[in-house]
Amino acid sequence: MGADVFKITADPIKPDDLFAGVVRDENGAVATFAGVVRNHSGDKQTDYLVYEAYPIMAEKKMAEIGDELKAQWGVVDVAMVHRVGKLEIGEISVLIAVASPHRAEALAACQYAIDRLKQIVPIWKKEVGVGGESWVEGPQAADEGS
Amino acid sequence: MKIKVLFFASCRDAVGHRSCDWEIAEGYRVADLQRELVAAYPQLAAVQQVLSVAVNAEYVGDHTVLKAGDEVALIPPVSGG
Repeated sequence: MGADVFKITADPIKPDDLFAGVVRDENGAVATFAGVVRNHSGDKQTDYLVYEAYPIMAEKKMAEIGDELKAQWGVVDVAMVHRVGKLEIGEISVLIAVASPHRAEALAACQYAIDRLKQIVPIWKKEVGVGGESWVEGPQAADEGS
Repeated sequence: MKIKVLFFASCRDAVGHRSCDWEIAEGYRVADLQRELVAAYPQLAAVQQVLSVAVNAEYVGDHTVLKAGDEVALIPPVSGG
Protein backbone atom coordinates (compact mmCIF):
# COMPACT_ATOMS: atom_id res chain seq x y z
CA MET A 1 0.00 0.00 0.00
CA GLY A 2 1.16 3.50 -0.76
CA ALA A 3 0.88 6.28 1.76
CA ASP A 4 -2.65 7.52 1.28
CA VAL A 5 -3.19 11.27 1.63
CA PHE A 6 -6.25 12.90 3.19
CA LYS A 7 -5.70 16.57 3.71
CA ILE A 8 -7.30 19.96 4.19
CA THR A 9 -5.00 22.72 3.00
CA ALA A 10 -4.95 26.47 2.55
CA ASP A 11 -2.32 26.15 -0.18
CA PRO A 12 -3.01 25.78 -3.91
CA ILE A 13 -3.51 22.14 -4.89
CA LYS A 14 -0.87 20.65 -7.17
CA PRO A 15 -2.39 17.85 -9.26
CA ASP A 16 0.96 16.35 -10.25
CA ASP A 17 1.96 15.76 -6.64
CA LEU A 18 -1.27 13.99 -5.83
CA PHE A 19 -1.09 11.94 -9.00
CA ALA A 20 2.48 10.88 -8.31
CA GLY A 21 1.47 9.83 -4.81
CA VAL A 22 -0.82 7.05 -6.02
CA VAL A 23 1.27 5.73 -8.91
CA ARG A 24 2.84 2.37 -8.12
CA ASP A 25 4.13 -0.48 -10.20
CA GLU A 26 1.02 -2.54 -9.39
CA ASN A 27 -1.38 0.15 -10.55
CA GLY A 28 -2.37 0.31 -14.20
CA ALA A 29 -5.02 2.99 -13.79
CA VAL A 30 -5.24 6.34 -12.06
CA ALA A 31 -8.58 8.17 -12.04
CA THR A 32 -8.57 11.77 -10.92
CA PHE A 33 -11.32 14.24 -10.20
CA ALA A 34 -10.81 17.95 -9.80
CA GLY A 35 -13.48 20.33 -8.56
CA VAL A 36 -12.85 23.75 -10.05
CA VAL A 37 -14.35 27.09 -9.06
CA ARG A 38 -16.92 28.10 -11.65
CA ASN A 39 -18.07 31.63 -12.47
CA HIS A 40 -21.76 31.12 -11.79
CA SER A 41 -24.23 29.32 -9.59
CA GLY A 42 -27.59 28.87 -11.25
CA ASP A 43 -28.24 32.24 -12.87
CA LYS A 44 -26.07 34.15 -10.40
CA GLN A 45 -22.58 35.32 -11.18
CA THR A 46 -19.87 34.18 -8.78
CA ASP A 47 -16.84 36.38 -8.13
CA TYR A 48 -15.04 33.94 -5.85
CA LEU A 49 -15.67 31.24 -3.25
CA VAL A 50 -14.64 30.89 0.35
CA TYR A 51 -14.29 27.37 1.73
CA GLU A 52 -14.26 26.53 5.39
CA ALA A 53 -13.68 23.15 7.04
CA TYR A 54 -13.58 21.43 10.38
CA PRO A 55 -10.13 20.12 9.51
CA ILE A 56 -9.65 17.33 12.05
CA MET A 57 -13.01 15.81 11.30
CA ALA A 58 -12.80 16.46 7.56
CA GLU A 59 -9.50 14.59 7.28
CA LYS A 60 -10.87 11.76 9.41
CA LYS A 61 -13.98 11.46 7.23
CA MET A 62 -11.90 11.51 4.06
CA ALA A 63 -9.80 8.68 5.48
CA GLU A 64 -13.01 6.76 6.18
CA ILE A 65 -14.01 7.23 2.55
CA GLY A 66 -10.62 5.84 1.62
CA ASP A 67 -11.39 2.79 3.74
CA GLU A 68 -14.75 2.41 1.99
CA LEU A 69 -13.03 2.48 -1.40
CA LYS A 70 -10.63 -0.25 -0.37
CA ALA A 71 -13.42 -2.38 1.08
CA GLN A 72 -15.63 -2.05 -1.97
CA TRP A 73 -13.15 -2.03 -4.85
CA GLY A 74 -10.20 -3.91 -3.47
CA VAL A 75 -6.71 -2.59 -3.82
CA VAL A 76 -6.73 1.11 -4.47
CA ASP A 77 -4.41 3.89 -3.50
CA VAL A 78 -6.19 7.08 -2.62
CA ALA A 79 -5.34 10.74 -2.27
CA MET A 80 -7.94 13.38 -1.40
CA VAL A 81 -7.11 17.02 -0.81
CA HIS A 82 -9.60 19.84 -0.26
CA ARG A 83 -8.63 23.46 -0.12
CA VAL A 84 -9.96 26.10 2.27
CA GLY A 85 -9.90 29.88 2.21
CA LYS A 86 -10.60 32.22 -0.70
CA LEU A 87 -10.56 30.58 -4.13
CA GLU A 88 -10.70 32.43 -7.42
CA ILE A 89 -12.49 31.28 -10.57
CA GLY A 90 -10.60 28.40 -12.17
CA GLU A 91 -8.76 27.31 -9.03
CA ILE A 92 -8.98 23.71 -7.84
CA SER A 93 -11.10 23.29 -4.72
CA VAL A 94 -10.80 19.53 -4.40
CA LEU A 95 -8.66 16.90 -6.02
CA ILE A 96 -9.11 13.16 -5.73
CA ALA A 97 -6.77 10.56 -7.21
CA VAL A 98 -7.59 6.87 -7.05
CA ALA A 99 -5.30 4.19 -8.42
CA SER A 100 -5.89 0.51 -8.95
CA PRO A 101 -4.56 -2.29 -11.13
CA HIS A 102 -7.38 -1.84 -13.67
CA ARG A 103 -9.49 1.08 -14.85
CA ALA A 104 -12.99 -0.03 -13.85
CA GLU A 105 -12.20 0.01 -10.14
CA ALA A 106 -10.34 3.32 -10.28
CA LEU A 107 -13.12 5.08 -12.19
CA ALA A 108 -15.93 3.76 -10.03
CA ALA A 109 -14.09 4.45 -6.81
CA CYS A 110 -13.21 8.00 -7.86
CA GLN A 111 -16.84 8.78 -8.66
CA TYR A 112 -17.92 7.33 -5.33
CA ALA A 113 -15.26 9.29 -3.46
CA ILE A 114 -16.41 12.71 -4.66
CA ASP A 115 -20.08 11.86 -4.16
CA ARG A 116 -19.37 10.67 -0.64
CA LEU A 117 -17.19 13.69 0.15
CA LYS A 118 -20.12 15.91 -0.70
CA GLN A 119 -22.32 13.95 1.71
CA ILE A 120 -20.29 13.53 4.86
CA VAL A 121 -17.11 15.63 4.93
CA PRO A 122 -17.55 18.80 7.03
CA ILE A 123 -16.60 21.44 4.49
CA TRP A 124 -18.69 24.46 3.55
CA LYS A 125 -18.69 26.77 0.57
CA LYS A 126 -19.62 30.44 0.56
CA GLU A 127 -20.44 32.04 -2.76
CA VAL A 128 -19.52 35.68 -3.13
CA GLY A 129 -20.87 37.65 -6.06
CA VAL A 130 -22.57 40.81 -7.17
CA GLY A 131 -25.67 40.06 -5.14
CA GLY A 132 -23.75 39.55 -1.91
CA GLU A 133 -22.55 36.41 -0.22
CA SER A 134 -24.24 33.27 1.00
CA TRP A 135 -23.31 29.88 2.42
CA VAL A 136 -24.29 26.99 0.19
CA GLU A 137 -26.12 24.56 2.43
CA GLY A 138 -28.84 22.05 1.94
CA PRO A 139 -29.93 19.71 -0.82
CA GLN A 140 -28.82 21.95 -3.65
CA ALA A 141 -25.21 21.55 -2.53
CA ALA A 142 -25.03 17.98 -3.80
CA ASP A 143 -26.78 18.70 -7.08
CA GLU A 144 -25.24 21.94 -8.18
CA GLY A 145 -21.70 21.52 -6.94
CA SER A 146 -18.67 20.71 -8.99
CA MET B 1 -18.12 20.15 33.81
CA LYS B 2 -17.11 22.09 30.76
CA ILE B 3 -17.34 21.23 27.09
CA LYS B 4 -16.28 23.17 24.03
CA VAL B 5 -18.80 24.02 21.32
CA LEU B 6 -17.68 24.79 17.75
CA PHE B 7 -19.72 26.74 15.21
CA PHE B 8 -19.12 26.57 11.47
CA ALA B 9 -20.27 28.41 8.37
CA SER B 10 -23.82 29.77 8.77
CA CYS B 11 -23.86 28.77 12.45
CA ARG B 12 -20.76 30.82 13.12
CA ASP B 13 -22.27 33.79 11.32
CA ALA B 14 -25.48 33.33 13.33
CA VAL B 15 -23.84 33.26 16.77
CA GLY B 16 -20.98 35.60 15.97
CA HIS B 17 -18.06 33.45 17.12
CA ARG B 18 -16.23 30.24 16.28
CA SER B 19 -16.42 28.51 19.61
CA CYS B 20 -17.46 28.83 23.21
CA ASP B 21 -17.18 26.93 26.48
CA TRP B 22 -20.38 25.47 27.84
CA GLU B 23 -21.20 24.25 31.34
CA ILE B 24 -22.94 20.89 31.52
CA ALA B 25 -24.22 18.60 34.27
CA GLU B 26 -23.93 14.82 34.68
CA GLY B 27 -26.02 12.93 32.12
CA TYR B 28 -26.29 15.97 29.84
CA ARG B 29 -27.22 14.92 26.29
CA VAL B 30 -26.73 16.44 22.85
CA ALA B 31 -30.43 17.29 22.77
CA ASP B 32 -30.02 19.25 26.04
CA LEU B 33 -27.19 21.23 24.51
CA GLN B 34 -29.19 21.96 21.37
CA ARG B 35 -32.10 23.21 23.45
CA GLU B 36 -29.91 25.45 25.59
CA LEU B 37 -27.98 26.78 22.61
CA VAL B 38 -31.18 27.81 20.86
CA ALA B 39 -32.31 29.51 24.06
CA ALA B 40 -29.01 31.39 24.26
CA TYR B 41 -28.83 32.07 20.52
CA PRO B 42 -32.42 32.33 19.20
CA GLN B 43 -31.00 32.89 15.71
CA LEU B 44 -30.04 29.19 15.68
CA ALA B 45 -33.70 28.15 15.86
CA ALA B 46 -34.15 28.63 12.12
CA VAL B 47 -31.32 26.26 11.21
CA GLN B 48 -31.48 23.80 14.07
CA GLN B 49 -33.59 21.26 12.18
CA VAL B 50 -30.95 20.76 9.51
CA LEU B 51 -27.91 20.68 11.77
CA SER B 52 -25.89 17.56 12.42
CA VAL B 53 -23.86 17.28 15.57
CA ALA B 54 -20.39 15.84 15.99
CA VAL B 55 -18.71 14.96 19.27
CA ASN B 56 -14.93 14.70 19.15
CA ALA B 57 -15.04 14.71 15.34
CA GLU B 58 -17.64 11.96 14.93
CA TYR B 59 -21.31 12.33 13.99
CA VAL B 60 -23.62 11.46 16.89
CA GLY B 61 -27.34 11.29 17.62
CA ASP B 62 -29.40 13.49 19.94
CA HIS B 63 -29.27 11.03 22.81
CA THR B 64 -25.50 10.89 23.10
CA VAL B 65 -24.40 11.75 26.63
CA LEU B 66 -21.70 14.40 26.83
CA LYS B 67 -18.77 14.37 29.20
CA ALA B 68 -16.23 16.87 30.44
CA GLY B 69 -13.79 18.04 27.80
CA ASP B 70 -15.86 16.95 24.82
CA GLU B 71 -15.57 19.00 21.65
CA VAL B 72 -19.04 19.39 20.19
CA ALA B 73 -19.46 20.77 16.69
CA LEU B 74 -22.64 22.05 15.09
CA ILE B 75 -22.45 20.90 11.47
CA PRO B 76 -24.63 22.72 8.93
CA PRO B 77 -25.42 20.75 5.75
CA VAL B 78 -22.03 20.28 4.13
CA SER B 79 -21.15 21.72 0.73
CA GLY B 80 -17.63 20.70 -0.08
CA GLY B 81 -16.48 19.75 -3.55
